[in-house]
Amino acid sequence: MADPMKIRASLKGDVADIRVMMSHPMENGQRKDSAGNTIPHDFIQQFWVEVGGKMVIQGQTGTSVSRNPVFGFKVKGAKAGDKVVIRWRDNKGETRTDEATIAA
Amino acid sequence: MDMFRRSLLKGVSASGALAAALAAGILRPTEVLAADEWNRTAFDSKDAGAALKAIGASSAVDSKDIVLTAPEIAENGAVVPVTVLSNIPGTVSIALLSLKNPLPLAAAFDFGEGAVPEIQVRVRLAETTAVRAVVKTADGKFFATQKEVKVTVGGCGG
Repeated sequence: MADPMKIRASLKGDVADIRVMMSHPMENGQRKDSAGNTIPHDFIQQFWVEVGGKMVIQGQTGTSVSRNPVFGFKVKGAKAGDKVVIRWRDNKGETRTDEATIAA
Repeated sequence: MDMFRRSLLKGVSASGALAAALAAGILRPTEVLAADEWNRTAFDSKDAGAALKAIGASSAVDSKDIVLTAPEIAENGAVVPVTVLSNIPGTVSIALLSLKNPLPLAAAFDFGEGAVPEIQVRVRLAETTAVRAVVKTADGKFFATQKEVKVTVGGCGG
């Protein structure tokens, strides 16, 4: 089970500034372990961002995204107290959903 | 999921049956694939040209209205912060590629109502390369800009 995401959401005027760090190895299938065996692919492929119950951003990612991916987004028309829900799914089918509340 | 129907990531990897439906004009390409389908063709492309083709962006026009921010020199290619802001009206998607990576397409983002077309992401760069941002607008046009990033230590192997 992957560790929780770290989600930070703050408001500037009516624009929410959302930052998320997803805890994930993002293995690109090219690295080898100490025994010389190739470490298999293990990376987030998709994620979804909902603010106040509406889907606002969806993303797709490949292995060129860094380990423990960090993303930043901006969403207009958000209010303090709105819920931010982020979900990801990796190539192995594992998913994780976390949420945060937009701070004033 | 109507608001995402113009997704950059949809409509290129249709299966045979769907392709036939497309050819017959039954379905519009942008409405064919479920929003939750990962674009394998694009992400598995081993050169930037193929990746751009797979997202339909081969003919992207250079635009100064896309602001791509990345370091001139990245000492650690494993973590290179990149910001892309599109000032092009009607922007619905942004894709980001590291042109010389083994698999160039890094990420693509589709924006729904309310989302500002601005993204921050950290990417791996295998070697010194141009990073290219591609923007798709609601009317299906593609625009792009790119920036060279010098990489001291590559971020893909190890």
